[in-house]
Amino acid sequence: MELLPTIWFIAIALLWTGYLFLEGFDLGVGMLMKLFARNNTDRRVLLNTIGPVWDGNEVWLLTAAGATFAAFPLWYASLFSALYLPLLLVLVALIFRAVAFEYRGKVDTERWRARWDLAIAAGSFLAAFGVGATLALTTTGLPLNANGDREGGPFAWFSGYALLGGFAVVGFAIVHGLAFLALKTDGDVRHRARRWFVRLLPVLLLPMAAWAVSVQLLSGEPWTWGAVLVAVVAAVMTWRFARRGSEGKAFLALGVFLVAGTASIFGAAFPVVLPSTISPDFSLTVFNASSSDYTLGLMSIVAAVGLPLVLAYQAWTYWVFRRRVSANHIPEAHSFLPAIAAKSLSTKD
Amino acid sequence: MDALEIARWQFGITTVYHFMMVPLTIGLGLVVALMQTLWHRTGKPEYLRMTKFWGKLFLINFIMGVATGIVQEFQFGMAWSEYSRFVGDVFGAPLAMEALLAFFVESTFLGLWIFGWKQLKPAVHLACLWIAVVGSVFSAYFIIVANSWMQHPVGVEMINGRPVMTDAWAVFTNNTALVAVPHTIFGALAVAGAFLLGIAWYHLWRRRHDGIDVVGPDGKVIPGQADIPGRDLTDHTVWIRSLRIGAVVAMISFAGTAVTGDLQGKLMFEQQPMKMAAAEAACHDGTGFSVLSVGNVGSQDCDDIVAVIEVPGILSFLAKGDFTTEVKGVNTLLPEYQAKYGTNLPDNPIYGDRAGQEIEYVPVMEVTYWGFRMMIGFGGIAAFAALLALWATRKGTVPASRGLMRLAVFGILAPFGANAAGWIFTEMGRQPFVVAPNPDPSGIDQVFMFTAAAVSPGVSAGELLTSLVVLASIYAVLLVVEVKLLVKYIRGGVASAMPELADGQTHGKEPADDDEGPGTSGSTKAGGPGAADDVLAFAY
Ligand code: HDD
Ligand code: HEM
Ligand code: HEM
Repeated sequence: MELLPTIWFIAIALLWTGYLFLEGFDLGVGMLMKLFARNNTDRRVLLNTIGPVWDGNEVWLLTAAGATFAAFPLWYASLFSALYLPLLLVLVALIFRAVAFEYRGKVDTERWRARWDLAIAAGSFLAAFGVGATLALTTTGLPLNANGDREGGPFAWFSGYALLGGFAVVGFAIVHGLAFLALKTDGDVRHRARRWFVRLLPVLLLPMAAWAVSVQLLSGEPWTWGAVLVAVVAAVMTWRFARRGSEGKAFLALGVFLVAGTASIFGAAFPVVLPSTISPDFSLTVFNASSSDYTLGLMSIVAAVGLPLVLAYQAWTYWVFRRRVSANHIPEAHSFLPAIAAKSLSTKD
Repeated sequence: MDALEIARWQFGITTVYHFMMVPLTIGLGLVVALMQTLWHRTGKPEYLRMTKFWGKLFLINFIMGVATGIVQEFQFGMAWSEYSRFVGDVFGAPLAMEALLAFFVESTFLGLWIFGWKQLKPAVHLACLWIAVVGSVFSAYFIIVANSWMQHPVGVEMINGRPVMTDAWAVFTNNTALVAVPHTIFGALAVAGAFLLGIAWYHLWRRRHDGIDVVGPDGKVIPGQADIPGRDLTDHTVWIRSLRIGAVVAMISFAGTAVTGDLQGKLMFEQQPMKMAAAEAACHDGTGFSVLSVGNVGSQDCDDIVAVIEVPGILSFLAKGDFTTEVKGVNTLLPEYQAKYGTNLPDNPIYGDRAGQEIEYVPVMEVTYWGFRMMIGFGGIAAFAALLALWATRKGTVPASRGLMRLAVFGILAPFGANAAGWIFTEMGRQPFVVAPNPDPSGIDQVFMFTAAAVSPGVSAGELLTSLVVLASIYAVLLVVEVKLLVKYIRGGVASAMPELADGQTHGKEPADDDEGPGTSGSTKAGGPGAADDVLAFAY
């Protein structure tokens, strides 16, 4: 009876972790389009590191949301309706970001590019912030009534935890983006990314650590405190690897930080999926918010087949596009001549 | 407007908008995959050009489908939380599977296709496109399974007032879905057909207008070439072949929608008789298909409607396959519905201010009646135009008339209109239910939900209005941007999608991709932007 809901809680935690790990760096690279890149060539280097993969990464978010709907419909319904405005912001951010990736290079003027660069940077920032706030609130609580609906108006969700979670994911994404660039680029971008990484890491991972600790204070258990410890050690290791210039190891260690961090957070929250700050009786738990065992069983089979496949072909993508990108790979922007505007007709045969 | 009405407008606007991108993605995706297959098989340069050109337009459109799809995924929880709670046990599964089994495939393999022109072996590269395209067909299947369950709930049992899935096979082989999926795919191909036809016509016309192609005394085209990137002899082949492919696709897909649509009509007659009656604005029982009904079709009051032209027997054929079955009209159905599902909404807080109100079982007939006719009409017009186009271009080019060219270009809109009309009819014809009851005697009778109960109780009208305004304005702006970009690339012709044509390095002969596996393309140290181009072929 309680096994399947627990498994699905773990599965959803894994999907969110996968999302933060993969989209984490492309959100970070997106934000760095404005903060870090200095000219158009830099920006195109950045874009081309994530170009083939960002959409596949974003689907982790859709899958996390869809799986929540399928496995815990009450969690999905309460969380998404309670956070109506912040999620609207996430949607707007994701719309602009996606369109910007594709359309930025389609018109060859400074103004056009500058606008879409802003869309990418701001969109990445807001999406990361909104997702972070959402995740933080689902682990710390919302004012929900007996039916699971939000009390107190459109901004009742707002709290320090929302800000903390928002900054946690933004900070992590920037660090992760820098680690990714150090790994995936060459030349000037690579060296600057490494320098920035070493300098920013101690500051930018703090909010994530603070969020993990606050959840421990609310509902921690010995093993989840242990996970926090692992995360902290991993963060220190990341920093040391980066200083030594071991980009691959630093990237992996940062991954360990993320996995341990999310494990400590979701583990401490378990079995509550969405606490009610009005009354603990109204809290949604793994057990009272889940779908039937039949549905969960069906979804388990699908996930057991589907998820390894996804991991396999996404890994293959990273393998195919494994080579580092650098400024001298970037071809000239070709301003094409519209075929019909040209007046000169010469040969006719 | 109250929260419910705003939420409905929002859902309608955002899905119809999403479904402007979707059919072009599905239809054009299939066509581009076919073109690349032909190139792979024959090595003819025109097929490579077609792949690149139509592929470019496909991508410009695809991204908008992605951007607007995310809104759909979130919207059920945000605006329709009661609905999500009620149906979650059945409805969430296809949605999650769509993401896990279709969206991942689509997005990952499309990324490989876009960036992998030089990194992958040609056969692998082609396979990536096919996998992505099949992924989009799967996504259509899963989402339509979800939608069909709302039209015809099957495979569940009511436990504690909620439908609980007991038979996944029944849900995933719902007969409603099995006919709606091919109908929608054919509808998507109709869009792609008209798109190819209109744009290729424009280019052929332009070549004549510019004096590149001329027409000989026998009326046959004499293709020429101009000193403009991409406007050579092959260019003519590209357009005439695209035009023919488009016309054939348009005609086949209309036939496909007609056959599958007929099957849908028969199911609708059994599963949602009121929708059938509303599609006809038929008040009294009868057998005739109305070609024109006048009076106030929108009044939801039968006394105002007079059928002016009726073809006897056709409605019976649509519903049952013979010419004599009486199809029940609104006047007969209304008391039946009231007896089964009540005359007034229950006094339950989930209905908000609407609790206790009388239930309006008749959908807005103006919409259902005209929606049904617009769907069939626009589709038929597009198919007929495709037939004429094939005939008009039998000698290898299009007539010089500017008016005809405009018609062909604007004709692109017809199947878009048919698709939108089809959905609006299907969804609004289901009202007042968001989950329509299954009248099958062996069905589970109490599985239904009034739309009035579905909206999020905790979300204020102000929030909904904010999102409606924000999303609608963004969508409006992005539509302008998308269309502008499409027009720009269309006018640019093939060279806009293949800068190598403009570089002049290839005239007639295309880059020999075939012998470049991932191994050989590894030479990035060569320096110089041009030399390293292969790393980023087709890139940002
Ligand atoms: C008949 C087909 C069909 C229908 C009825 C819908 N969609 Fe759709 N959707 C597609 C066919 C499609 C597609 C062809 O697969 C798209 C278009 C462009 C794309 O990337 O995939 C897509 C994209 C797309 C995406 C983005 C996927 C990505 O990032 O790659 C999401 C989240 C949704 N859709 C969700 C929905 C929801 C929740 C719908 C119900 C209201 C819906 N779609 C209706
Ligand atoms: C799985 C796919 C779909 C699901 C689950 C779905 C579900 C819904 C829901 C929950 C509503 C709101 C309740 C209502 O007012 O009826 C709705 C309304 C609507 N939907 Fe769908 N829909 C789907 C696909 C589509 C598509 C693809 C379109 C069109 C492109 C569409 C067009 C509409 C329209 C026009 C309305 C407004 C109807 C009205 O307000 O009366 N739907 N649908
Ligand atoms: C003779 C031609 C056609 C017939 C008889 C027909 C019939 C139908 C019927 C009965 C439905 C409603 C299904 C339901 O609500 O249960 C429907 C829906 C729909 N139709 Fe058509 N149709 C035809 C042509 C077209 C064309 C040409 C297009 C588009 C190019 C199209 C696109 C759609 C769409 C998108 C829907 C809504 C989704 C669905 O239920 O599949 N139809 N059609």
